[in-house]
Amino acid sequence: MEVFTTLNGIVAPLDRANVDTDAIIPKQFLKSIKRTGYGPYLFDEWRYLDHGEPGMDCSTRPRNADFVLNQPRYTQASILLARENFGCGSSREHAPWALLDDGFRCIIAPSFADIFYNNCFKNGILPVVLKDKEVDTLFAECEVTPAYTLNVNLQAQTVTTPRGDVFTFKVDAFRKHCLLEGLDEIALTLKESDAIRDYEKRRGKEAPWLFSTRP
Amino acid sequence: MGKTLFDKVWEQHIVRENDDGSTLLYIDRHLVHEVTSPQAFEGLRLSGRMPWRADAAVATPDHNVPTKHRDQGITDPVSRIQVEALEKNCREFGIREFGMDDVRQGIVHVVGPEEGLTLPGMTLVCGDSHTSTHGALGAIAVGIGTSEVEHVLATQCLIQKKPKVMRIRVDGSLPKGVTGKDMALYIIGRIGTAGGSGYAIEFAGSAVRGLSMEGRMTLCNMTIEAGARCGMVAVDDTTIAYVKNRPFAPEGQDWDAAVAVWQQLHSDEEAVFDREHVFDAAEIPPMVTWGTSPEMVVPVTASIPIMDDARDETQREGWLRALEYMNLSAGKPIQDIAVDKVFIGSCTNGRIEDFRAAVEIIKGRKIASNIKVAMVVSGSGLVKKQAEEEGLDEIFREAGFEWREPGCSMCLAMNADRLEPGERCASTSNRNFEGRQGQGGRTHLVSPAMAAAAAITGHFVDIREW
Repeated sequence: MEVFTTLNGIVAPLDRANVDTDAIIPKQFLKSIKRTGYGPYLFDEWRYLDHGEPGMDCSTRPRNADFVLNQPRYTQASILLARENFGCGSSREHAPWALLDDGFRCIIAPSFADIFYNNCFKNGILPVVLKDKEVDTLFAECEVTPAYTLNVNLQAQTVTTPRGDVFTFKVDAFRKHCLLEGLDEIALTLKESDAIRDYEKRRGKEAPWLFSTRP
Repeated sequence: MGKTLFDKVWEQHIVRENDDGSTLLYIDRHLVHEVTSPQAFEGLRLSGRMPWRADAAVATPDHNVPTKHRDQGITDPVSRIQVEALEKNCREFGIREFGMDDVRQGIVHVVGPEEGLTLPGMTLVCGDSHTSTHGALGAIAVGIGTSEVEHVLATQCLIQKKPKVMRIRVDGSLPKGVTGKDMALYIIGRIGTAGGSGYAIEFAGSAVRGLSMEGRMTLCNMTIEAGARCGMVAVDDTTIAYVKNRPFAPEGQDWDAAVAVWQQLHSDEEAVFDREHVFDAAEIPPMVTWGTSPEMVVPVTASIPIMDDARDETQREGWLRALEYMNLSAGKPIQDIAVDKVFIGSCTNGRIEDFRAAVEIIKGRKIASNIKVAMVVSGSGLVKKQAEEEGLDEIFREAGFEWREPGCSMCLAMNADRLEPGERCASTSNRNFEGRQGQGGRTHLVSPAMAAAAAITGHFVDIREW
């Protein structure tokens, strides 16, 4: 996993609440057995005017000019500014994979859906929760500022605006550590192999039916 | 201090608590399907890892499988590759699979409880958000992403932070014709799609205890639509009677020992919850969603809300966008909405009790002339078999419904079953998001009886007056 320390990135605003993972990456693209290649299909039903299918060449598809991410000023964005309950719905990790593949490393919103929030950390994306008012401020500034850029510092847990406003955010110590170091969580857990085996031994006596392999 | 049901199950699964507030939690059961697992198996291969406990995992294809002409296999080559990948991965890593030709194949969340793979007091995960379903049996059941699917395969554990616990009590009796689905939609309408965010929810109260296991599964299934980590119901006689004699349930001495443990799986009298909501079952009517989020829901006797009712500008804009997408107008009575298609099935409402409820409504009747397709899709091969033994399939067919093979089907339209742009559907599934049932499709979530009645009349009706 790619490390995340600081990011100085252009912001793209997506001013809708309850953006669900079906919208982020529609179901037909979930048939791929790979982790990459989802970027062109990010927000497919909003981004294009035709119906998308896996494997399509997106460079020739008709684009929806009204969709904010299609504006040239946002094509280089690496920070997505969103509204409450972003990423609700299914557990598909294809959603953060698509965002990452399209260049997003950070998403800022007043709240996230639980599974999506967790999935972001597994893929080197930092989801940042800011207060409603702070998010409102960022939307307002973003709208009137060309190439609106934020500085996100994971170590310090801050978001700094071009005017110098500093907003702080919370993040779990363990998730922060993994993201800063780009750690393989499975390798970390396997260091606990003895503890897991001890648990299984003890638990197997208490509840043997949990370890039987019938029928 | 007393413990909550969630606390009890959680504590029994702690392998290690870390200083940073995270917990290494042991996972008893891992259900696997074709969509969220291929990259996890690939990860194992790339890192040279083997499953920690292959016997704890059970797989079945559900999202992509066709619901008709099964003998012809899967015609969509991309879907076929994914289902074949599951088969190959299970063979390579020694994981039990109920394949497409196995009568036990079906939607993971129907198959788990049905086979006794889901047991009270378990921790259970699956790479699917509707894993919350299994909490109906008094289990902690959590939907996870593909990275965590790989993590559980490799270590049998998850690194978790303990959520807060909310109790939602529904007291009294549900009116006739009102089901667990209506209860779920009603609750989501009241607390919102983020109302459960950061919480594990325990559903309690006499109305919840009065639900069958199927009803409890429907309720817990929809917990994720309220944004919660998981939903749970305490173990009682209904739970234990349901589990008894299931193929993977314990037997003999193990059964007796298990039951003694399971009977403790309820919140203590003096347990303290971080948050509590109380609702009166008698006030819950049949519910119908009108928009593109499960919280956009009203009683069947009501009308679509007017924009002045929105609590803030963000909600108002969401409502306006939803109305435009749904091609509906504020103030329109729900019963004036006509539908084109009807879908009865999914992990929410694809169980035998759901089909019995629908059959009660349609017996001796025919679907309305404006209904292009009405389909019934079993949650599993065994649900289908049982329904056929009870003669339900005949009644559905006589009324004009299509009787299909088991799978997720038009709940998310990954297979050939989908809405065409602009089509409107009465659906017993769980999500009415834009494009969920097919690009441009318009979904109204309802109970099986309400969907059946909509098929007969061609529009929504109050089944309390049926």
